[in-house]
Parts: sequence; structure tokens; C-alpha cells
Amino acid sequence: MPAPRTLLAKVWDDHVVVEPPGLPTVLYVDLHLVHEVTSPQAFSGLAARGLKARRPDLTLATADHSVPTSDRSLPIADDLARAQVERLTRNCAEHGIPLHGMDSPHQGIVHVIGPELGLTQPGMTIVCGDSHTATHGALGALAFGIGTSEVEHVLATQTLLQRRPRTFEVRVEGRLAAGVTAKDVILALLARIGVGGGTGHVFEYTGPAIRALSMEQRMTICNMSIEGGARAGMVAPDDTTFEYVAGRPYAPGGAAWERALAAWRTLPGDDGAAYDRSVTLDAGALEPMVTYGTNPGMGMPISGRVPDPDRTADPAGRKALAKALSYMDLRPGEPLLGQPVDVVFIGSCTNSRISDLRQAAALLRGQRVDPRVRVLVVPGSNDVKRQAEAEGLAEVFRAAGAEWREAGCSMCIAMNGDQLAPGQYAVSTSNRNFEGRQGAGGRTFLASPLTAAASALAGRIADARPLVERARAVV
Amino acid sequence: MPEPFRPFSSRLVPLLADNVDTDQIIPARFLKVTDKEGLGEGLFADWRYDADGRPRQGFVLNRPGMAGRAVLLAGDNFGAGSSREHAPWALRAFGFRAVLATSFADIFRANALKNGLLPVELPAGDHAALAAAVAADPDAEVTVDLEAGTLTLPDGRAVGFTVDPFARRMLLEGTDELGYLLAQGDAVTAYEATHPARVDTLAPSGPPNAGRG
Repeated sequence: MPAPRTLLAKVWDDHVVVEPPGLPTVLYVDLHLVHEVTSPQAFSGLAARGLKARRPDLTLATADHSVPTSDRSLPIADDLARAQVERLTRNCAEHGIPLHGMDSPHQGIVHVIGPELGLTQPGMTIVCGDSHTATHGALGALAFGIGTSEVEHVLATQTLLQRRPRTFEVRVEGRLAAGVTAKDVILALLARIGVGGGTGHVFEYTGPAIRALSMEQRMTICNMSIEGGARAGMVAPDDTTFEYVAGRPYAPGGAAWERALAAWRTLPGDDGAAYDRSVTLDAGALEPMVTYGTNPGMGMPISGRVPDPDRTADPAGRKALAKALSYMDLRPGEPLLGQPVDVVFIGSCTNSRISDLRQAAALLRGQRVDPRVRVLVVPGSNDVKRQAEAEGLAEVFRAAGAEWREAGCSMCIAMNGDQLAPGQYAVSTSNRNFEGRQGAGGRTFLASPLTAAASALAGRIADARPLVERARAVV
Repeated sequence: MPEPFRPFSSRLVPLLADNVDTDQIIPARFLKVTDKEGLGEGLFADWRYDADGRPRQGFVLNRPGMAGRAVLLAGDNFGAGSSREHAPWALRAFGFRAVLATSFADIFRANALKNGLLPVELPAGDHAALAAAVAADPDAEVTVDLEAGTLTLPDGRAVGFTVDPFARRMLLEGTDELGYLLAQGDAVTAYEATHPARVDTLAPSGPPNAGRG
């Protein structure tokens, strides 16, 4: 009997080109996603060595990070951003790499379009010069972010040098209450283990609460694995996964589908396969989460109070918390419910898919957002945008007084002009509340789309659960 | 191509915060470049400069005598967050050749090693001793010797550290990984012969079906 293997081990073993003793593994990459910000120096490196992309047919590019989310018929006003997007276009043409540029009907955030187009499939290895590549692990792929040198390596060789990571099971028992979502699960995990808790590991999310989630909710959780220090997060594929992939543009069809399905069904970890570490959360005990600090691990239940540095035992933690509260201009012991906000951002590779927009729209339908709050709704892709418009969601957002914008990373990374002014507070469905992440001096409260929508209506941080009950929202 | 990594001695720049993320090391607005040059000015930009571009008094890099120091003494989990390789590029552009910390984020560590920036992971006790030594004497020096795998503290005590042996070899030889990977071409071709491509990005198999939940 061979030793029982985890999902990670099965995917890894299947992609080993060579694994010489003592040396890193040469790992084969099934799909390489490329965007404008982390690729230009890699293409320059190829040119310096006279190399071409080895497998343009396993590579896909899009422009997402620095593209404007305003009128697409105009040229990009920012010279640097325009030059970067033009460079991507030239590089892709030169290497024969398909590109969903700003004029493509499938342009969007790289981690939204991969799954949506059916390119992300169970058992694959997927990399991108972006730490939120972990998203794709929701389909049972091993997907992780790489640096620009590694982007160059993959372009040139379709392989990477990697050491086998350790495994970390995140088991979520029980069942989520109404109004509590995937975003709250991952923020609760990060609050529990901290932003370095998963370093050196790959998370595998297991348990009944994970099984009960839709694919898009699983993507939200896997997306933020990196915020816990894990380069990748995975969910074993099941019928939810297969139903999601079936019929998408790049999914296998006909006999190939049956072969793929048979292979995918063998991917879940074997009985008795051991993880290096594990942690268990009780989904039923969770309430909506919101962050109060300057990293995603500084989160708390929405009904809680801002923690007190003086009650933090560890000196480094005390110092970090005091610094974070000073940046956020929050006081220990105060509640966050009712905290006024200036901006609400609904978008990012964490929460910009159609189901996220449906949740937010369910609360905003027929309502008006607080007039003091600027509300941006930024769909994750042009496909999501068209779908939301077809379903009438865009009209719900507009009628509520929110801005309905073009697809891209937008205010998650604030490279494209969508940003907070210094001192402004935002409730954001994105993934990072680091100092200045959404604009220099800006202050971010990370939360779910439901919390974001409820806060947009109130003009303050608000608990969505009473509204969810009233709207009988699809949650 | 990086230079071979030789032993060197330097005074330190202490930045003893935990979880310093790559958005702090280099904010995203500096990422709209298409080359690796000139990123030193963006290093810790929002901690170094106020909104009007004036140096913030009190931030360590703005203190006199910090220019030219090649070792950053950081806290725990240095380099968390974004995968931007601009972070080690900016640190190198400023003149850093090693970062000392009790731990590093995985992607940052990998990126640093590819750019001649040595991540030295220290046990908590040695790290605390070094922080105390630098607090007592801001001009205290350490010596970093990758070949020997030692960091010599200001009191003369040598502390051992380890780096991935393959990355260590690349650093000592001043070569990069791409040459090694290119030399595996036959093995890659053999792998491809037995593992058909999972997708073909040049040829979708069916019509688009946007936005299903």
C-alpha cells in the first residue's frame, strides 16, 4: 500500500519534472497568468538572453492593476500606467501570448477571469506574479504567487524551482449563520493565527462549512491564504467544483470532460493522510468580522470592541497594536459599529464576483446610500459586469447612489487613481488594510460585501444581519 | 546578473517592527515602472516622507549616518503581503545587502535570494541581543559571511544561520537560477511528452458563458 497522500502531495507529485536529492524540485506549471505590473522586467530579461516564451499556449495575460475603471473609450491619462499597459501589449504580441487587454470582452482581474473562463481546473499548477494567485486553489489547484524573476523563469522554461511546502489543515466545522459569509471565515482565521501563522505552509480548507460553500465563496477564502502567510490555499474538488467548471469556455468537453472528471475525482486527500499542522474553527460561532488595524490579522467580530494595547501581553504585539490604532485613529475599547466612514469599496479579487455583487445588491435594492459616503462598485471582470447589468444589479447600484465602474483591481491597490484621500476611512471588501494600501494616509476596514453594503446605507460601520433577515437575501 | 556574494561588515539600520509588509517597503504607486532602476527613492516612502515630500524626522532612514549601511535589522515576518519583487529591488537600490529578522514571508525570501539580498533568519535570543547591542551603540557592526554561514555580532560572537543550500550556491557563485532551469530542457520536454497540456489558452473549447454564480 502506498502511503496516504494529501491533496497537495498528489498535485505536487504530478508536476515534478525532476527532484534531485537535496536540490529544489523542478516543478511544471500548467497555467501562467500574466499582468502588466510584475511582468515587464521579466520580458526584458528574456530579451537580454534572446529567449522566447516556451509555452504561450499555457500563458494568458490581462491588464488589471493599473487600468482605469472610468470611461474605457479614453486613453489612460497616467503616462506611466499607459506605458505599462502598452508594454504588456507589445510583449504579448512578440511572444504570441493571448492577452485580454482593455478592449477585450473578457478583461478583468486575473484571479477572476482564470476560474470564470474555465482555465482554472482541479489538479493544475497555476502561478502568477501576484500573491493572490492563491485564489485558484479553491478549485483544487496548487496556485501561488511568484516574483518577477520567477515570472521570467516560467516564461522561459514553463517550470519553477520550488521546495515542497508543509501542509496546514484549516478545518471549519458546523454551519454559517445567515449574514455570515466566506469573508468572515477567512478574517476569523487570520485573527486566530496571525499574518505569519501559515508561513512555509499550504492551507487546505476542509470540513462541512467549507463543503457547503459555493465555488465563489471558496475563492474568497483561498484568496486571502497569503494574508496568513501561506502562499497557497486549497479546497479538495467535489461536485460543486465540477459543476462550476463544466461548460466554461476553456473547460474540457465531450470525452475529454469524462477523462478529466475521472482524474479530478482521485485528487482529494486519502484517508489517514497527515497534515503538518491543523486548526479548527466553529462556523456556527462566527459573526461578521471587521478589521480594526493595519494588517488583515487585526480583525474582530463586528459587535466587538477595539482591543487595548495595555492588555496585550507580548511587548512586540503591544507596540504593533498601539502603532496600528494610532494610524487608524481609533481608541482602545471603542466599538466599531457606528464608526463613520467616507468610502465604501466593493470589489477586488477577493469579493468582486457575481455572487458578491448579488449579495450587496440585495441589501441596496430600493435604498439610497448615505449621501456622505462615496460608494464604488467595481466588477471583477467584463464578464461579471455584463452579467450584473443583465440581471439588473448595475441599475440597483446606480439607483442607490453608488458608482458602477469598469473592471479592474481599482481601490484594492490604488494604482489607477481610485484611492482614498489621507485620513479617510473606508469599508472595503478587498484583502489588505496595510497602511496606505488604498491611498497614502487612507484607513481601511476589511469586511464582507454584506457588511460593506449595510455600511454604505448607514454611512457608518453596520451589521448587515438585520437587513439580511429583512431582505431575505440570497446568502 | 548578481555579483558573487562575499563576506562584508556593516553598521545596521534598525527597523524593529514585526510584519513589515511589502506595501510599506515600496508603496504600489512606485510599481508603474517597466524596469528595475530608480526604486531606491520609493523605499519606505510613506514612512520616510510626509505628504509634501519632506523627510519625516524620527524615521530611522532619515537619521544622520544611516546612508551606506548595508544591513537592515528588522523584526518578525519581514516582507509580508504582496509578491512584488520591487521590494528587494528597492532595498538593494538603497544599498542593503542583508536583512536580519526572526522570520521572513515566503515570497519575499525567495525574491530577496534572487537579487543578492541575503535574508538572515536569527533565533529570537540572538536577535534580541543584537537589537540591544545596536540600541547601546548605534554604530555597532556585524559581519555577514554566507560561505561560513555566520553572522558575527558586535561582541565578536559568531552566530550560525542557514540559507537554502541551492540558493546559497547561486549567491556565492553570482549566478541565477534561470541558467540551471534552462539546462533541464530535456527533462522538461520528456515531462511534456507524457503529460498533455491541461488547457490551451490560444483555443477556447466552447463559447463564453459569462458570470454564472
